[in-house]
Amino acid sequence: MTHSEIIVLLRSRFGDAIGQWHDMSSDNAYQRQMGSYLDVTEPGVIQKLAFFLRDEKGLEFNNLILLSTLDNSDGSLSVVYHVESTQYQHELTFKVTLPRDNAKVPTVCTVWSHANWHEREAWDMMGIRFEGHPDHRRILLEEDYPGHPLRKDFREPDFYHGMKVPY
Amino acid sequence: MGFLDNLDKTGEGSVLVTSVDTLFNWARLSSLWQMSFGLACCAIEMMSTAASHYDMMRFGVIPRPSPRQSDVIIISGTVTLKMATRIKMLYEQMADPKYVISMGNCSNCGGPYWEYGYHVLRGVDRIIPVDVYVPGCPPRPEALLEGLMRLQEKVREQGKAVDLEV
Amino acid sequence: MPEILERRTIIHSTLHTSAPIQEPEMVEPRRLHTEEMVLNVGPQHPSTHGVLRLEVILDGELVVDVIPHIGYLHRCFEKHAEHMTYPQVIPYVDRMDYIAAMSGEHGYVTAVERMMNIEVPEKVEYIRVLFAELQRIASHSIAIGTYGLDAGAFTPFLYLFRDRETILEMFEKTCGARFLYNYMWIGGLSHDLHPDVLPMCREFVKQSRATHKEINNLLTFNHIFMERTAGIGVLDPQVAINGGASGPMLRACGVKWDVRKNDPYSIYDRFDFDVAVGSSEYATLGDSFNRHWVRMQEWEQSLNIIEQILEQYPINDTTDVQSAIPKRIKPDGEIYSRTETPRGELGFYIVGKGDVKPWRVKPRSPAFSNLSLLPLISRGYLIADLIVILGSIDIVLGEIDR
Repeated sequence: MTHSEIIVLLRSRFGDAIGQWHDMSSDNAYQRQMGSYLDVTEPGVIQKLAFFLRDEKGLEFNNLILLSTLDNSDGSLSVVYHVESTQYQHELTFKVTLPRDNAKVPTVCTVWSHANWHEREAWDMMGIRFEGHPDHRRILLEEDYPGHPLRKDFREPDFYHGMKVPY
Repeated sequence: MGFLDNLDKTGEGSVLVTSVDTLFNWARLSSLWQMSFGLACCAIEMMSTAASHYDMMRFGVIPRPSPRQSDVIIISGTVTLKMATRIKMLYEQMADPKYVISMGNCSNCGGPYWEYGYHVLRGVDRIIPVDVYVPGCPPRPEALLEGLMRLQEKVREQGKAVDLEV
Repeated sequence: MPEILERRTIIHSTLHTSAPIQEPEMVEPRRLHTEEMVLNVGPQHPSTHGVLRLEVILDGELVVDVIPHIGYLHRCFEKHAEHMTYPQVIPYVDRMDYIAAMSGEHGYVTAVERMMNIEVPEKVEYIRVLFAELQRIASHSIAIGTYGLDAGAFTPFLYLFRDRETILEMFEKTCGARFLYNYMWIGGLSHDLHPDVLPMCREFVKQSRATHKEINNLLTFNHIFMERTAGIGVLDPQVAINGGASGPMLRACGVKWDVRKNDPYSIYDRFDFDVAVGSSEYATLGDSFNRHWVRMQEWEQSLNIIEQILEQYPINDTTDVQSAIPKRIKPDGEIYSRTETPRGELGFYIVGKGDVKPWRVKPRSPAFSNLSLLPLISRGYLIADLIVILGSIDIVLGEIDR
């Protein structure tokens, strides 16, 4: 399926929750998985959307390539999902934007188990809560580490467990 | 070898006169058992040093995977804040006399991560004392061998009031 | 305990009564209840391949569950990438997957070049692919050698490290560094190929084919090794795709998925090579043996590619390898671009805002995704098998923790 067909299908199913399609294909010679992405305006719909993408005949996005996060430094955070279908060899990028002080989104690790560790990392690094995640702990840093380092306003602590941190 | 030089002084052939310190130091420097413990990129170079091409064992340095039975710990790589407490614990588990080689820029001073590494300890000497620093990112196996030989020099002169011309 | 007491009382009472002796009523012994034990493996452990900590829950010798704890080598790659210019990120990419630094660089520079639509000279592409494939052999050498150590074979490690030194020597002659190169630059290379490298490479291919055969005899088809690895840690292909496995881990399940074929980058479409997949000829599909077997086959395929490069390499091409390097590197927009490293699909999601520094660089590290499947494939096996399963995944902690 081409991107436009996928978007028409998603709009007919999810209506207003599907936002704008940012098409960048003219800017870039590389056609697969390039910068085009779909905005999802309603965070609550993410899990249903993920199930639909995985199970709908003709779409079958069975592989979550990457779940990444962005700090837009305008008071919002984004979660970016790259998914692809190994059978039909098509892929889609969709992005959901969340308020910084109450960043919450339903988990997709019930859909793609690959998301499990990536969501833990997103919580660890960016401070985004994934509702319904089975094991919602930090993954890379210790539990008592102050703050979420990949937020743009993060400042490293002066001391950690009695060890001086800055150079 | 400083210890074997004394052979000439005896004139007896089979009798060797030396001080206890020299004897012990000689024994220690000739069998530095290294704790086989890799941290990061430098650990691969440490593996290369131990493998066939460079062969660390010809200096009496044998990898030993237990802190209780080893003499020297090579901090081979970036020490992160999460790992730092564990390294300190490993160091404390080693029996005296114990030596520390800091291998690579990361464990010397934070290396390329010195400025923005919010989770990197800038220098392992903030938690444990270091005997020899080996610079490089990562140091070549020859550099690590040089570091080991410098450590042997240091052990040889241990407890003696002489200048260290190293 | 109560059952035994009960039985005793029954026997006792039957002996001391005048009633006719009856067969005592047997109490069905309940299943022996053992207490679960938590065993901590790592972060300092000879067979965890770096600073990985495994919390293993054991029932006797059986593994009930494994909880990996990672982050002991978290070196803040993503934060550094935000503070460095695009070319300055390359050394940090080296240090991410330090066993296959060339492959990592190749992934990153391809991503930025795709963002900026840079056409790279043909000669540069040839050198890049040559070095990426040599690096794949070097990386698989470490993987196979240390896997032998895990399974109790020491000798293959020494042979493989001897061969790996030849590859490192070629890299060193060309760019001056043995291990972490900073060799591939955005739009070019730091140095032209050293004249000694091509003859050395020809010699190496011959030697490496001999070593390959030797390792097959010594390790792969060694009866002890096969007993240790065959049928251990079986992964289902559907679960593997859903769990994000890639590289040898995915191909061992029989899934023919290789980014070099499925989403070609650089000049991989010019070479004729097979995608190595696991086979059920020797062992169960998707088990530890097949992961090792795929690596052995990939080694051979890499040698095939190198031979084709040696034939096709434009020797008389005098293009400056730095000619296509752009003066200003300020890409705008975002991209997800992926390459096949020895461990699997290494992707870079880069967001640029027209500045010299990237807004965000997020790598998709293959070892991170592969390791997350460890609990799934090690439940129900013995504790000794856990080490074999872990070794077969071929993890690099620098890439997992970044």
